[in-house]
Amino acid sequence: MTTAERIPAAEPLLRIEGLKTYYPIKRGLLSRTVGNVKAVDDITLNLYQGETLGLVGESGCGKSTIGRSIVRLENPTDGRIWFDGEDITNRSMSDLRGARMKMQMIFQDPYSSLNPRMRVQELLAEPMRVHGVAGGAELEAKIDKLLDTVGIPRSYKQRFPHEFSGGQRQRIGIARALSLNPKLIVCDEPVSALDVSIQAQILNLLKDLQKELGLTYLFIAHGLGAVKYISTRIAVMYLGKVVEIGTKEEIFANPRHPYTQALLNAYPVPDPRERGQERIVLQGDVPSPANPPAGCRFHTRCPFAQAKCKEQEPILRGGDHAAACHFPLAAL
Amino acid sequence: MSAVEAPVPVAGGVAIPAQPERSEGAFRQMARRFVKHKLAVVGFVVTLLLIFIAIFAPWLSPHSPYAVTAEFSAAPSASHWLGTDQVGRDVLARLLYATRVAVIVGFGTVAIYVTFGTVVGLLSAYLGGWVDLIVMRVTDMFMAFPYMMVILVVVSVLGPTLGTLVLVLALFSWPSIARLVRGSVLTLKQMDYVKAGIALGLSTPRIVFRHILPNALAPIIVNATFGVAAAIMAESGLSFLGMGVQPPTASWGNMLTDAQSISVMTDQPWLWLPPGIMILVTVLAINFVGDGLRDALDPKQ
Amino acid sequence: MLTYVIRRVLIAIPVLFGITIMNFVIINLAPGNPVDMYMTPDTPPELLELRKEQLGLNDPIIVQYFKWLGQLLSGNLGYSFSTSESVGSLIGERLGQTMLLGIAALILGLLIALPIGIMSAVKQNSKFDYLMTGLSFVGTSIPQFFLGLLCIYIFAVQLGWLPVGGTETLGGGGGLGDRLWHMVLPSIALAVGIAGRKVRYIRASMLDVLKQDYLRTARAKGLKEFIVTNKHALRNALIPVITVVGMEIPMLFGGAVIVEQLFQWPGIGQLTIQSILSRDYSTIMGLNLVAAIVVLGANLLTDIFYSVADPRIKYH
Repeated sequence: MTTAERIPAAEPLLRIEGLKTYYPIKRGLLSRTVGNVKAVDDITLNLYQGETLGLVGESGCGKSTIGRSIVRLENPTDGRIWFDGEDITNRSMSDLRGARMKMQMIFQDPYSSLNPRMRVQELLAEPMRVHGVAGGAELEAKIDKLLDTVGIPRSYKQRFPHEFSGGQRQRIGIARALSLNPKLIVCDEPVSALDVSIQAQILNLLKDLQKELGLTYLFIAHGLGAVKYISTRIAVMYLGKVVEIGTKEEIFANPRHPYTQALLNAYPVPDPRERGQERIVLQGDVPSPANPPAGCRFHTRCPFAQAKCKEQEPILRGGDHAAACHFPLAAL
Repeated sequence: MSAVEAPVPVAGGVAIPAQPERSEGAFRQMARRFVKHKLAVVGFVVTLLLIFIAIFAPWLSPHSPYAVTAEFSAAPSASHWLGTDQVGRDVLARLLYATRVAVIVGFGTVAIYVTFGTVVGLLSAYLGGWVDLIVMRVTDMFMAFPYMMVILVVVSVLGPTLGTLVLVLALFSWPSIARLVRGSVLTLKQMDYVKAGIALGLSTPRIVFRHILPNALAPIIVNATFGVAAAIMAESGLSFLGMGVQPPTASWGNMLTDAQSISVMTDQPWLWLPPGIMILVTVLAINFVGDGLRDALDPKQ
Repeated sequence: MLTYVIRRVLIAIPVLFGITIMNFVIINLAPGNPVDMYMTPDTPPELLELRKEQLGLNDPIIVQYFKWLGQLLSGNLGYSFSTSESVGSLIGERLGQTMLLGIAALILGLLIALPIGIMSAVKQNSKFDYLMTGLSFVGTSIPQFFLGLLCIYIFAVQLGWLPVGGTETLGGGGGLGDRLWHMVLPSIALAVGIAGRKVRYIRASMLDVLKQDYLRTARAKGLKEFIVTNKHALRNALIPVITVVGMEIPMLFGGAVIVEQLFQWPGIGQLTIQSILSRDYSTIMGLNLVAAIVVLGANLLTDIFYSVADPRIKYH
């Protein structure tokens, strides 16, 4: 990783500020809203052109919700989203069409991400046809090229999704996402459902594509291992909040938030210099996102929690390598 | 179908066919699986036969179903293969013409209620909110009606013409398919390929008609097939009670009404056994087809 | 749980209202009115008018409806236009007869369906299985009136084993045996359809259970042993069946009309037809209301039972 790739460009491609996405909880006789599941609770992030931001956290931390909120598959409850210089937070569905072309999504489950009744050819042609990108012979040529790019033989164009393996379906999904020449791709755990050997293939493909096409990725995963290979920066989430963010090297070498450290302990690191400090084992269960703990959300499971942690919520601070902790771990 | 691993194109490696291979479409596959059910195939053939009879009844029957010949309540003979009824009309002719009634009622009812119910179910599931709530309550209301009793009331009030009959039967059948479609659509809405479609900027009508509906078709088709059989059953029951198709128009149901009298039942079995058997055979055949379709369209491969 | 039940009941009330309104509207669309039934060429028109007044038929429809509603809320279902008896008592005395038939049919249907369904599952894909599947289709496809006619023809007329209709032998002493004897044929007419429907369901349910224990019970040595070793499994398989029985109740109402007419069984089915033919509006309203309540109640009970049996189902 050269220094040039680490320095972000001046203006972020994607900026989210104060993003909140809540799901109402309805109970009782009249379906009154008794509370909210605070899936994404006040997140501010920048994503720069050409980088890959890895977003990790346990189930229920809100990482997938952020991804969907950005692409507007979910509607944010509060906050703003800027993409490519434009505020897309409150755009209606029809106004979003232009933006839609520039940001795309790859999904986790290869078995439900492709319409089982459509042949591969049709799956890839549809978005281009709908947006008027190409037609006729030119369309065919583009489809062929897309298939080549992701490593699916052209002769399989007329097959149905169920005739392909999981890894191949993900490739087709990637091809579909690429068809509109996006700038940003949100990858929602794209390799979690695949066999380990296939994971490597897909990750390599994504990396190559990034280099070739100058793509920007938001790579969502639930473990640090998955994002290590592909990310430039990593953000760690817990119960709807970002608890630490920094470059990949920093996160792995000098984790500052106890939660990050705990995640690292779960991920086998061969290099002893990268192992961080003491081993942290977390107690207890993840609290419910409908009712997050007061103060620092992590304090109920943090081995270093102190009185202040129970009362005051820490803010994310520290510049390029920031952590939301009152007592961040010392650097090595 | 076993998964095919894509061989990486390498010079001198695995040969890749020059022409794209075209896998068989959904319809072919369904037809292939359908044919494996012998009973379903038999049912299908019988159904076609009945439609044929319905269309060509005038050419097939020896007499007019309305013409009164001299002998009444006559036993089967050379000129009247199934004898004559109380008024003197040829039973065979009435039997054949009654096929038309059955086919019209069966397919007409289904055509109406499937179209209406599917549209309502689609809208209800996709729009959600108030629309969904109202539709659910309305279907609850209709489904709570004791079917037969209310149909009797309505038919007796509006007059038992074929048209009213079809409309009334359709009126009480659409809620269940609306619920069915709504359920399917709600499930399909969660599919990633629908979400991908939204992310790709596809318009809502396109997503609904190109992505959701084709994947929801299977249960609709099965329901519709069984619906034809149910409509024919219902019509014959109503006609039997005198609340359905009225004589002189012949319907298998109303040909059985007179059999309630013991003397007719014992002395003139040719009057009521054939129409009863026809109803049984028709409903049975269509049910077999429905069962075959259900298995053929089952997504679990 | 309790909130769920209360909610369902509360929702059911507007549904019932809707039903009664619809009924009322439909009935009043009819040409003619109950009083016309009594018209003879000699009847003086003033008498007809008087009767109409008495029955409240000259009021605007809305007024009539609310009068009926008011009566209902004070526990009165009104009075039959034809016989002037209380609708409530009319229905009451006949409801028992229909329920008797219904319960007998259900029991008979299950008695037939259970062993067949279980055996079909145990001997899956055997000739027996295919035969039973075919027969179950015949059971659901045969029109009830035709089956009834056949039964009467064969058993009552030709063989003389069973009576043709009615609940008791005329002039006979009555008694339980006689009544049971009269119940046989109508119950069969209803039960065959029920059995046909249930056999497939029981078979599928049993197959699911068998699949789970398949490795343990590698060789099904026979039904008895299977039941002994898998009492628990059998019970699990039966729970959905019991809930499905709840679904049969609305169907029984429909079947009741035809079968009661055919066998001259004095239940509410027969009453329905009579009151429709004589345009006895108040009885029709009462009948439909009672039937709707029974159907809604059966649905609710089925759902409750199902949720109790399967605690995975959550209600919000």
